[in-house]
Amino acid sequence: MNTKNVYMDYAATTFVKPEVLKEMLPYFTEKFGNPSSLYSFSNDTKKAITEAREKVASAIKADKSEIFFTGGGSEADNWAIKGVAQAHKNKGNHIITTQIEHHAVINTCKYLEKNGFEVTYLPVDEEGFISLEDLKRAITDKTILVSIMFANNEIGTLQPIKEIGELCREKKIIFHTDAVQAVGHVKIDVEALNIDLLSMAAHKFYGPKGIGALYIRRGIKIDNLIHGGGQERGKRASTENIASIIGMGKAIELAVGEIDKESQRLIGLREKLVKGIMEKIPYAKINGPVGDNRLPGNSDFSFIGIEGEALLLDLDFDGIYASTGSACASGSLDPSHVLLAIGLPHEVAHGSLRLSMGAGTTEEDIDYVLEKLPAIVKRRREMSPLWEDFIKERERV
Amino acid sequence: MMYSEKVMDHFRNPRNVGEIEDASGIGEVGNPQCGDIMKIYIKVENNIVKDVKFKTFGCGSAIASSSMATELIKGKTVEEAWELTNKAVAEALDGLPPVKMHCSVLAEEAIHKAINNYRENNGLEAWAMKTHSETIHEHVHGN
Repeated sequence: MNTKNVYMDYAATTFVKPEVLKEMLPYFTEKFGNPSSLYSFSNDTKKAITEAREKVASAIKADKSEIFFTGGGSEADNWAIKGVAQAHKNKGNHIITTQIEHHAVINTCKYLEKNGFEVTYLPVDEEGFISLEDLKRAITDKTILVSIMFANNEIGTLQPIKEIGELCREKKIIFHTDAVQAVGHVKIDVEALNIDLLSMAAHKFYGPKGIGALYIRRGIKIDNLIHGGGQERGKRASTENIASIIGMGKAIELAVGEIDKESQRLIGLREKLVKGIMEKIPYAKINGPVGDNRLPGNSDFSFIGIEGEALLLDLDFDGIYASTGSACASGSLDPSHVLLAIGLPHEVAHGSLRLSMGAGTTEEDIDYVLEKLPAIVKRRREMSPLWEDFIKERERV
Repeated sequence: MMYSEKVMDHFRNPRNVGEIEDASGIGEVGNPQCGDIMKIYIKVENNIVKDVKFKTFGCGSAIASSSMATELIKGKTVEEAWELTNKAVAEALDGLPPVKMHCSVLAEEAIHKAINNYRENNGLEAWAMKTHSETIHEHVHGN
């Protein structure tokens, strides 16, 4: 049996760094006081939450009064979109987003469409970028919100956030960005980028799962999503998830502290992986942008002739953990909406493989993947009638 | 998703992979849009399925279903092979997850197509294809 463990799915989730866990632990057992209580016993937790809020704020150049903790990235997205829609429905009912958003955004928009809102889903080019011209043209006097993701979770595309922010500011439209994949991995300055709302999740940067935050620029009107007690300055009820908030603060502090060094290291690993795969596997295709405008640790490929789930099972057997945009892996009808939006035919989207790298990824891991993957692809292609047809077609041309 | 050990065995070590040059019948089902294509070759001698091979583009259960189905009809009479149901393929694999049942349907259909192709090649009338499996396929694949 294989003894290797090569985790190549950091875009799905990350481990919690030991330093992060260490800071969290006392808040489960000793410093458990409810921050809403008046007694001095709770002072420690109150203070720690404030410090964590400051760390999160400073990571994106915001003020701590603009950071609101949530139960994760999906909640932050839901809150941003539903909250703005509700608060501004008298001004207009039009929302602009893209075809390649995370389901937390797309399905929230679909829900709003059933409730009287109109949504424009901007198309993207073959590398996953929206066009600013399309955005400009989509804006109407009914547009109240633009929600465009910072970085795509499947193909790593980094959108022109600064230009989008400028345009929204000029048109006086609220701009939300789902930055779940970006925070802690690329530099973000909400002032310079004119971002009004920003979603993040701690488990994408070595913090715990089930904790996230929504940045809400001071002055932005937004309705509550979770009604109840007065926590988070009356904007998000529920007793604070103290340990996780502390963990998120520590994790973001660590991530931002080493962002330059780590992104350079990951880009190096990624380029080695991409080069190796393109050299060793015939007719491999890179999905997403080539170059700077891509998440450092993200790589995504399609291998014509094979199906992604089969690929994942083979990789799993060799101790490599990855993901795919194939429908068969998710049990749904269609392959990934992101891969279809960048124009891949269904059969090519079915053969996609995402290898995402992070803090634990080493040169040896890349070597190991480059040793195993080409043989797997070759073997599965040899038993594929689709590959046979593809090669025959090639030979004819 | 959890597959049985049998499914994983037939996925990892599929039996009867390949083509038959002088096949008596060939059956191909599925389409690349759905992410699965199955192609089955049979060699019939004296009404017996002497040899059978397959090529499949698809997920783990599609490959395992092809492998198991070819094993189950090898050495059988053409009539016996025709009687192989998708349920029998799934059972022989110790079950398939509900969303993957259509993979066993594809195997049944591919065999039926190969047998009818053999019959037509030999001047015989094609047997009527079952229709129930179509609805399973649509049920799983929507529309």
